[in-house]
Amino acid sequence: MIVNRRALLVSVPLLLFAALAALFVWGLERDEPDALTSALLGKPAPAFDLPGLDGGAGFKRADLAGGKPVLVNFFASWCAPCLVEHPWLVKLARDHGVTIHAIAYKDDPAASAAMLARLGNPFSRIGSDSSGAVGIDWGIAGVPETFVVDGRGTIVFRQWGPITTQGQMDRLLRILKDTR
Amino acid sequence: MRAAVLALALLLWAPLAHAVAVDPQPLADPAAEARAHALMRQVRCLVCQNQSIEDSDAELAADLRAAVRARVAAGDDDEAVKAWLVARYGDWVLLKPPVKPATWALWATPALLLLIGGFVAARRLSRRAALPQAPLDAEEAAALARLERGEP
Repeated sequence: MIVNRRALLVSVPLLLFAALAALFVWGLERDEPDALTSALLGKPAPAFDLPGLDGGAGFKRADLAGGKPVLVNFFASWCAPCLVEHPWLVKLARDHGVTIHAIAYKDDPAASAAMLARLGNPFSRIGSDSSGAVGIDWGIAGVPETFVVDGRGTIVFRQWGPITTQGQMDRLLRILKDTR
Repeated sequence: MRAAVLALALLLWAPLAHAVAVDPQPLADPAAEARAHALMRQVRCLVCQNQSIEDSDAELAADLRAAVRARVAAGDDDEAVKAWLVARYGDWVLLKPPVKPATWALWATPALLLLIGGFVAARRLSRRAALPQAPLDAEEAAALARLERGEP
């Protein structure tokens, strides 16, 4: 009896350690360890009404309740990962017919326009958030970040950081397909 | 010698004068600015995630400091300012996790582990103290005597 009890007492800390170790290994192997879950998932997109670049048409919340799911991409011309991500956005729009709206975050509108002229413009609507206030309302911590918004204007998913792998693109396509 | 000790003490204390981020436009009312700073110390910088927005040099931290000041100037109380931030960034934006059902395990576990550990230790100690020392029988007494005389 006493031997069994001791074995039990000894094994409990060992099992706890094994469980913790497994948890840490899982955490280390995660795809995007810095990614935070957006606080806006399942909530309607925040209200915003932004001017366009160079006097072009702007972008406001009402544009998001168009009946089909869209992507909202926060970018800036000064942001290196945004430049890396851009071809993937072009591919999404051109080859997969995804509607992508964009918000230029804390960027000079002329510089944003120049970037799009140089790298291609996959965006249906573009808003210029020079102060960054709209970015804070969406809870972004930097650029780029890409949100999936459903047909009623509810935020469904947030991609933290740039889209740089086929896996991330496939995930977005899958979510868009499953969203109404 | 005293000068050397004084110099060493001053050197060791120097980090206490750590720089907090300096903004160009503090609030006009010093009490409001102080309240804003107290709030900033509780808000996590999402970029440098172990710093508060008061300490962090990240641009987002500067923007969030401005947002906190704006809400304080608009008359929001501390809970309202924190709620405004949490609505956008989630509970993670507060350096101290709120106490709610989702975080009970987080808050309770250290105290619980201490209790369990203390309980186990107390049981161990009391059991050891309770073990009776049985007196030696004749054979053992003779063996002890032999050992004390130096014989194997």
